[in-house]
Order: sequence, then structure tokens, then C-alpha cells
Amino acid sequence: MTQPRQRVLVLYLADSALDSKVVAWSRYDGTGHDEAMAGDQDSPPYATGLAALRDGWRLFQASTLAQHVSGDELRTGYLKYEFWFEQWPAQ
Amino acid sequence: MTKDTADSPTLLNSRQMASFAARGFLMLPGIVPGDLNDAFLADVGAADISNSDTPLSVYGRLLSDSTVPIVPAGQSLSSAYPPDSAIAKILQLPTVSGLIRSLVGSEPVFDHHFLHITFPPSYYERLADVPRSQHLHQDSTIDTRRAFDVQLMYYPHEVTREMGGTRYVPGSHLRVVSEAAIGRYQNVLGQQQVICPAGSILAVHHGIWHGGGANHSSDLRFMFKIRLQPGERQRRLWDDSDLTEDDFAQRAIFWTDIQARQDTIAAILMRPEPWFEADTGRLEFINRIALWRYLLGDDSFDADYWLTRLEREFSP
Repeated sequence: MTQPRQRVLVLYLADSALDSKVVAWSRYDGTGHDEAMAGDQDSPPYATGLAALRDGWRLFQASTLAQHVSGDELRTGYLKYEFWFEQWPAQ
Repeated sequence: MTKDTADSPTLLNSRQMASFAARGFLMLPGIVPGDLNDAFLADVGAADISNSDTPLSVYGRLLSDSTVPIVPAGQSLSSAYPPDSAIAKILQLPTVSGLIRSLVGSEPVFDHHFLHITFPPSYYERLADVPRSQHLHQDSTIDTRRAFDVQLMYYPHEVTREMGGTRYVPGSHLRVVSEAAIGRYQNVLGQQQVICPAGSILAVHHGIWHGGGANHSSDLRFMFKIRLQPGERQRRLWDDSDLTEDDFAQRAIFWTDIQARQDTIAAILMRPEPWFEADTGRLEFINRIALWRYLLGDDSFDADYWLTRLEREFSP
């Protein structure tokens, strides 16, 4: 019997609420059906993180809210609101 | 913009400069004449590449045979290229020399150059591979300067959508990240892909997030990149004669005048990108204002009160 393969969806949201809008996204498909690569979509697969939940994706990690480092509060860097989802489709 | 061949630099105006400060790029479509584009492609040996090559063998031959000179980092741009070479003539075009002078001064410092070739599927078939796009990245390394370098991306031939032109994220240039650490972000709302006529130049701030696309056409895609450092303090190097009182005045915020001019410096700096997060989008505005203060040489400039509010502090 074939081992199940994981599909991963990473959504970057506009704030820390799961129902805020998607501003960036990535897909990694262990089944090999979706050959995703950088720059391959101009529109996100879901409008919000909640929409992904409602479509059957399971949330397994969310970024934490970290206190800003003193003296560095105005600097921007990596996207802040990262949510990892998974599916284990039947083979 | 029209093609030009005269000698005097055509400096950027303040709207173009503010747009560069806000979004991190300026696109000059089709400004290099066709004969110079052809001469450039001949100089680099584009016609010698054949379908029997592999990407590795092409680069090996180009590095040994191409007429693109080997230029040590840190020397003046004015001495980097032979005067009769196509690239030297391109850099002397008034629009191009004016662009360079406006952004990094009249004596910029050469950092590096590189000929990027993006290969179509036929070059990968014998390797049992397919073209893949480059991960999103910021060039060089963590860079905390306010001064900025400029990267000129020159496209000597037409770039179609299928050719996978350079992908970039407008407004990402002020984020301090570590090169390929952002490779995890496959797609960002509002990302752009270069689709342009032959002879186009995209000038980007060194911090812009970008990556090469996958070439799904049947042709090679060429892009020549030159990184330049400022040779002087970047203060009002552009043609600032169009600045008016409106470009220094505070606007009403939140309860705003919907008839207000949309071409003031404040309006340009306060235009959000689709990918901005709710809270850090405001930090982007603040960092744009800080960059514009630096470029103006005026620490009193503000837009929508963002920095003035934070600076209203009193001694204990």
C-alpha cells in the first residue's frame, strides 16, 4: 500500500487573524500533482486563511506575535503572519 | 518614452524620483535603439549559442570568449567599458545617463555586472529536467544603509510573457532581509513580471525582492545587469525644479479631501502595495518618508504626519 503524501499550503495574511486577507502564498505538493514554482500565480488560492480551513485544509502552525526589539521597531523584514496548512489526500 | 541619441543627460523629475523611493524601481521601456541592441547581442556572442549546448557549457564559453570586459569591483563606471563598445554607448544615451546621474550621481562606482541567460525547455530536455523559476531573493546580503545602490537590468530583445522575464515585488526594497531567506515566498500579491519591448531598462533599488522566471518560449532570454554604487551623497541629484509648496505641505489624514491632487510627493509616497500587511504597511510609509528626507536633505519633510507624530517628544 502506498504511503500517503503530504500537501502543504503556506498563507501569509494581512494581520494575525486567520480571517484576514492573503497577501502571499506558497504550495508544496508531496503527491507530485502540483508542480508549483515561484511566480506561477498572480491570484491567491484563497482570499483568507479561514477560506482555506473551510475548504478542508488543516492548520498545523501559525507564527507567534513577537515583541518588537527596542530601537528597531520601525524596521521591516520578513512577512509576519505566516500560517501553515496541510492535507493528506488519499492515494 | 522616445529613443534618443543626443549627449546631455535627461535627469529624472521629482515624481519619478518619489516613485522610485516608494516602489523601488523605474521601468524605461524601449529606450535603447535597435542598432545598439543588435550590437550588444553581437558583442556578447548571442548568435554562437546553439541547441546542442547546455546551460553550463554556454556560460563556460561566454566567460572565455565574450567581449564583455572583466571589470574589478570598485572602479569608476566611466572607465569600466571600452568607449566603442555597445554597452558604453548605451550608458551614454541621455535617458540612461540621466537615470544613473539622478540615482547614484555623476561618478558612480562599478560594483559588478553579469549576463543572465534564461534557457528554453529544449536546453533542459537532454538533462531530463525542465525550466524552473528562480526563488525570490534580495541581492548581495543584509544591507542596513540608507544610501542605496542601483541595479540596471537591460533587456536587449523583446521579452514576452512566455519568456519568464524578471519577477519583482514593488515596494519590497526597504525590507531588511537576508538574501535567499525569502525564497519561501513563492507568490506575493502585486508581484510584477517584466514584459517589455527590445531595448528596455529596469532600474531597481538594491533591496528589491526579485527572481528570474522560467522561460517557456522557444528562444533564449538575455538580461544584462549592472550594479552601481553612489559616488556621492544622494541628495537632490535629480531635476528637482518641479517641486512646489504642495510637495512639502501636510495633508488632512483619514477625513480626507477626495479631490486632492494625486501627483504630490505625499500622494506618491503614501500609495500602498497590494501585499502590504495592515500594521507593517504603515512602517513602509514611515520608511519611505525617511528615505525621501534623506534624498531631499530635509529632515522636516513628512507625509500624513507619520514621523512628526512619533517625533513629538519632550524632555523628562
